[in-house]
Amino acid sequence: MTATEILAKMPYGKDFLFVDEILKFDENGITGTYSFRRDLVFYESHFKNNPVTPGVILTETMAQIGLVCFGIYLLKDQDDDAKPAFAMTSNSIEFLKPVYPGDKVWVTSEKIYFRFSKLSCKVVMKNSIGEMLCKGTIAGMLIQQGNG
Amino acid sequence: MSKEEIIAELKNIITPYSEETIALQSIDDDTDFLKDLKINSANLVDIVLDIEDRFNIEIDNDSMAKMLTVKATVDIIENKRQGNAG
Repeated sequence: MTATEILAKMPYGKDFLFVDEILKFDENGITGTYSFRRDLVFYESHFKNNPVTPGVILTETMAQIGLVCFGIYLLKDQDDDAKPAFAMTSNSIEFLKPVYPGDKVWVTSEKIYFRFSKLSCKVVMKNSIGEMLCKGTIAGMLIQQGNG
Repeated sequence: MSKEEIIAELKNIITPYSEETIALQSIDDDTDFLKDLKINSANLVDIVLDIEDRFNIEIDNDSMAKMLTVKATVDIIENKRQGNAG
């Protein structure tokens, strides 16, 4: 499975997709990037005249790369029609530094376990000079959807 | 380890995952993890992983699928522990 094939299986529409590229992946983890576009709608209001990326969006970005992209790769041996989806079931994230409009982030996830359809990962987010922005654990349950 | 001791350990493992304090206090063979203790499937996975660590056993997918009540879970723990001993 290639990075392009992983991204093609992501179930999100363009307004809620928080991954640009997958740089590397194997059975134990994944790394991907995302650049927060300055025109993202929430910057108008979070906060007034002081745009900062909301923690919930940082968590979503970490989950889309670290849990969903990674999970799609781990399920690579399923047939092409399968549409795996992960529902986030828990997370515990520390936010260490603010992320501003235009910032590019690197998300790296390491598998803690993937058993009984539950994927649990240690996930970190870093900036272009390798500073830690967020870190924590995220878990989700695989939901198998049928064709169509 | 007696069956009562296994149930007592099980109660310790389950308690952090359930808000149903009354059902937890009166836990017995017939207690159903989903119906009585309102444990969701994600937390049930963590309970099974905790059971593996505590009882030093390995739970396979088929056993996991059966672990919906205290009785079924105790039976599986006892069987696996006997398997390890033998």
